[in-house]
Amino acid sequence: MTDIKAEIDVLPGLDPHAPLLEVNNLHVEFRTQYGVARAVNGANFRLAPGETLAILGESGCGKSVTAQAIMGILDSPPGFVTQGEVKYRGTDLLKLPENQRRKMRANHIAMIFQDALSALNPVFTVGYQLGELFRKHRGMSRADAKKRSIELLDQVKIPAAKARIGDYPHQFSGGMRQRVMIAMALALDPEVLIADEPTTALDVTVQAQIMGLLAELQQQRNMGLILITHDMGVVADVADRISVMYAGKVVEEAGVYDIYSRPAHPYAKALLESIPRLDMKGQQLNVIRGLPPALTAIPQGCAFNPRCAYAQDVCRQDPPPPPYAVAPGRTARCHFWRDVIGE
Amino acid sequence: MSDLEAVAAAAGPSGEAPVQPRHKSKTDKPRSLAGDAWIDLRKSKIFWTAAVLVLIIVLMALFPSLFGAGNPRECILARQHGAASGSAILGYDYQGCDVYAKTIYGARNSLQVGLLATLISGVIGLIFGLSAGYFGGWLDAILSRFIDVVLGIPFLLAAIVLAKRLSADPNSNGVLAVTITLGVLGWTTAARIMRSSVIASKNQDYVAAARMLGSGPARLMMRHILPNSTASFIVVLTILLGTNIASEATLSYLGIGLKGDAISWGISISEAGAFVRTAPGPLIWPSIFLAVTVLAFIMLGDAVRDAFDPKLR
Amino acid sequence: MTDRNDVVLETKGLVKHFPITQGILFKTKVGAVRAVDGVDMTLRRGETLGVVGESGCGKSTLPKLLVGLEKPTAGSINVRGQDMTKLKGSALRHARRNIQMVLQDPYTSLNPRMTVGDIIGEPFEIHPEVTPRKGRAKAVQDLLDTVGLNPEHVNRYPHQFSGGQRQRIGIARALALKPEIIVCDEPVSALDVSIQAQVINLLEGLQNEFGLSYIFIAHDLSVVRHISDRVSVMYLGRVVETGNDAQIYENPTHPYTQALLSAVPVPDPRLRGQRDQIVLEGDVPSPANPPSGCRFRTRCWKAQSICAEQDPVLSIRERSDHPSACHFAEPRDVVHAV
Repeated sequence: MTDIKAEIDVLPGLDPHAPLLEVNNLHVEFRTQYGVARAVNGANFRLAPGETLAILGESGCGKSVTAQAIMGILDSPPGFVTQGEVKYRGTDLLKLPENQRRKMRANHIAMIFQDALSALNPVFTVGYQLGELFRKHRGMSRADAKKRSIELLDQVKIPAAKARIGDYPHQFSGGMRQRVMIAMALALDPEVLIADEPTTALDVTVQAQIMGLLAELQQQRNMGLILITHDMGVVADVADRISVMYAGKVVEEAGVYDIYSRPAHPYAKALLESIPRLDMKGQQLNVIRGLPPALTAIPQGCAFNPRCAYAQDVCRQDPPPPPYAVAPGRTARCHFWRDVIGE
Repeated sequence: MSDLEAVAAAAGPSGEAPVQPRHKSKTDKPRSLAGDAWIDLRKSKIFWTAAVLVLIIVLMALFPSLFGAGNPRECILARQHGAASGSAILGYDYQGCDVYAKTIYGARNSLQVGLLATLISGVIGLIFGLSAGYFGGWLDAILSRFIDVVLGIPFLLAAIVLAKRLSADPNSNGVLAVTITLGVLGWTTAARIMRSSVIASKNQDYVAAARMLGSGPARLMMRHILPNSTASFIVVLTILLGTNIASEATLSYLGIGLKGDAISWGISISEAGAFVRTAPGPLIWPSIFLAVTVLAFIMLGDAVRDAFDPKLR
Repeated sequence: MTDRNDVVLETKGLVKHFPITQGILFKTKVGAVRAVDGVDMTLRRGETLGVVGESGCGKSTLPKLLVGLEKPTAGSINVRGQDMTKLKGSALRHARRNIQMVLQDPYTSLNPRMTVGDIIGEPFEIHPEVTPRKGRAKAVQDLLDTVGLNPEHVNRYPHQFSGGQRQRIGIARALALKPEIIVCDEPVSALDVSIQAQVINLLEGLQNEFGLSYIFIAHDLSVVRHISDRVSVMYLGRVVETGNDAQIYENPTHPYTQALLSAVPVPDPRLRGQRDQIVLEGDVPSPANPPSGCRFRTRCWKAQSICAEQDPVLSIRERSDHPSACHFAEPRDVVHAV
């Protein structure tokens, strides 16, 4: 098992001491008949083993596209990575040939999706789909693969795993299906797991179960976890660091405690003030006026300027605000971050 | 909405940013979907191309003499497969008839059979599909099984029986019989398509919203369900039109279609089929007319369908 | 509070069972999904009643019963002293004017082939007595203005608007007939976070302006707390606990309410690990075959033999100052740090 993994590890420039995952200046655009939609416009972040990075943003902010670009599963065309690097242990994944990338996907970086039902093949049993991974990538025998599959379903706490291995995806409940998908993602022991809105379709009590499970598995395996979500409650519960995305850019990156207590970017601040809280009554909801920009027509300067309470003339002009260093390991793309944070 | 869809949506004119209306009117008078569709159609090249072609074909059917053709029934065997000349610009066929004249004069029967049979099929299909889809339950069960039964009947056998029975009158030229036969046998696909689109749009939230407001079945069907379920129905009908014109040829070839010295593209095509290698002209010309006609109607259907879909503006 | 005249809507023993059938032409009933199974609720003038629960609890069927999209199997819905379930024909049509609904998905709840003017004007066409024909165009523009949209946009189609704007169109349509009651079925759950607040604030503003009563159905307990005066918690077709904001959120007494609240993440990392966590085992049982006695007992940590034998009624109990359907009702704060 380990020897096969070791063989894949021989990739050009792979350096075990380099950061686990590093995304530098990533640009992705979609070339459609209506024009070029600039979905990601310079995303930067890094991920360490055992760390949970939350990418927070609303629909269309580019968070899922970023994940797809990292995984190399971008629909292309119309999607194209135009610039930037995605470095895994020092190797730029974007420069790898497709066959090596495929191996990377299964063995080192895995992903789970919001909709488990459509992510699993409906005509094969769960056991077959899991076992296939072991047979194909690990060269295991049928019996061994089945044994490993049952172990894995046990690990994701599916009751009576042995009996359920012959079931089809639709025979599982929503929460159980999500567990099956987690099992599949973790089958080949990846170092990085990307979870794209993993609990959005689930009820809150089931969401709590799944998030608990993810945290536990992450700790056991010392895995880096990228959690893509719009839910600021979930992020507050599990994330170590947060990248807030808006119109394809990371507008603020900070530790979870810093950003919730003293946000440095007006968008992050406004988002936090716009959600009602379970433990408070009678709070005034702060409305972010206007709409997110169309990705085909992102405003000049800071993309958030038409909706921003702090905007001045400088915000309406190019170049857009650079990632100002607010504190070590903390950046905000706002000319007036001092005013925002000072309040 | 997934992120990717959002990207796609934001990329399109339907993106989050409010879009300027395409039709800028001076007064802010309320407009209807049909009005907007007409404004849209007027700007469509496809629509005008199709409309002009259809107009020419209809003129051909109504007033064949306008097209300067000779007498299509004047056939002289001596001219068999004769070459094109000033009087017969497309040459002569096996019987020594003028191919151009036959093709021009054939438009009437072909178009009549094609259009009327399609109309009959469309009406039956609409009624069956709409009522089966809208009312559902036991009515749907009965209607759907009936559709299955009709679909199960071998087309040729049924057509032979039906056309023979209908054209018992020796004086008729068989046009009516063929039209009814094709119309009565060809509606099943249209009905099925209609039924499934109706079921799909019936379950949309906006239908629930209209029901909640207190609208009755007639309003629900006419305002909410029908306009949102006709897209594939129109496509099926335009294809059916072509099939019907060709089927008429099949029936005529078998001797149960148009009778006597009736002229149609279908008959010309089937007659010329035997000589395709030695004299392709008499086969090719009516085929081209047939293809252009079908194409024109399909384009017309497409243009109209798109004009009635506001999302495509 | 106790004034009967204040009550604008009251349901008693509301039940909706969907039959499960087999066979295509000749259907035989083999069971029933008990989507709503005996719901009593009262809505007062100018009040917002929140209804929360998870999938399978009946919160998607309840609004359909209230606005007459589905016929209840049993029970009554009283609006202004009239039982909606018994009305027919024009009396029903007339009564319906008073109770309108805002649907969940702004992308599917508007007919894509109708202009915004037609969509908002449709209520007037169905109920011509409300506004004379001449005044309708003006009424539609006024409604657009009321919900914060540009009245000049009457000739646009739904796809030309964003999700939040479409939801405003849906709200304008619900307001057209000047109802007293609006049933909001997950009105913000399909919207982005930054847009949710806009729509919530709009709903609150309209309530103050027109004295509307809302039934606000949602799965997001934080949103429900923000907007509701009273909250009913549903589980498998039943209301298990009902009370005002403080009673439900500060002193929940039903184990299910407690578990539900404890599972909701609070956007404050300082509370991480500081709150009372109750993680429920397993999934919600099928509403086609609910457990005997208390329906929550299969997942409840307090369950005893009495729970399987006796169905606990929704009532004020020894240790619960508000109605709770649990034999062992007892307050437990799961929202704040312990």
